[in-house]
Amino acid sequence: MLIIAAIMLTGVLAGVLLRNRDLSAVPHMITIAIRLLLFLLGVAVGCRRDILDNLHTIGIQALVITAGGLAGTLVCARLVYRRFFTRKD
Amino acid sequence: MRGSIIIFFFFITGVLTARMGWLPATLVENDFSIYVLYGLMFLVGMSIGSDTKVLRGMKRQKATVVLVPLATLLGTLAGCAAASFLLPGIRVWDSLAVGSGFAYYSLSSVFITELRGAELGTVALIANVTRELFTLMCAPLLVRWFGKLAPICSGGATTMDTTLPVIVRFSGKEFVVVSIFHGFVTDFSVPFLVTFFCRMAA
Repeated sequence: MLIIAAIMLTGVLAGVLLRNRDLSAVPHMITIAIRLLLFLLGVAVGCRRDILDNLHTIGIQALVITAGGLAGTLVCARLVYRRFFTRKD
Repeated sequence: MRGSIIIFFFFITGVLTARMGWLPATLVENDFSIYVLYGLMFLVGMSIGSDTKVLRGMKRQKATVVLVPLATLLGTLAGCAAASFLLPGIRVWDSLAVGSGFAYYSLSSVFITELRGAELGTVALIANVTRELFTLMCAPLLVRWFGKLAPICSGGATTMDTTLPVIVRFSGKEFVVVSIFHGFVTDFSVPFLVTFFCRMAA
């Protein structure tokens, strides 16, 4: 947690110092890193036999709970966004 | 939409190549994802630091920011309680314990395995991995359908690290502060809520 905060702050500092340079490549690099991270997450799941083997039985329970939680969360998120975050000042 | 499909494609490719054993052993045995995450955090930091709009956004942050983690907590718990009625094998408190992992799968599945057994622990692992994956893959769709706070609330406890890059990408840099604050509060609540609901279930 501290390491991640430190790395991010270093990045912020680098960004501040390089503010006058052309940093248009950064969003593209972020996209590439996100895709690589998802690939590695897939590798982690693919290596776990226990996750893949139980996916059809235990997985259904997990998916229903997640779907319920997400549905409630998204409804609340939409409500808060519409009511408190879309007014222009 | 296209963004989510491409991200899903990368995940599926990862699962398949690992399953087929096409990957070099070093990639499988070592978890390189943490280093990619570090790289990501650096890049995200850079994009924040180079943008003067973000600093202005921080100053404009109002008290309403506390409503974001509140929406996540209340929405998730209400939804999980409702979901448990669809599952004969899962009790309400167990469902709430799984849901209050808020995508923090490592911590929540360890706690739940310890307090409620390996089966519910596995449910927690899959449920919370799914929540993180869903957020990463569906962020662009969530923004379109439920507004810019949706990937933040959906990301739960991960919005200060793993899902922060996609939130920045699809909700915008002005939501970085909201996302980090939300992640901090939700992260902090995971061990407290998970153990509380496990005790209620026991």
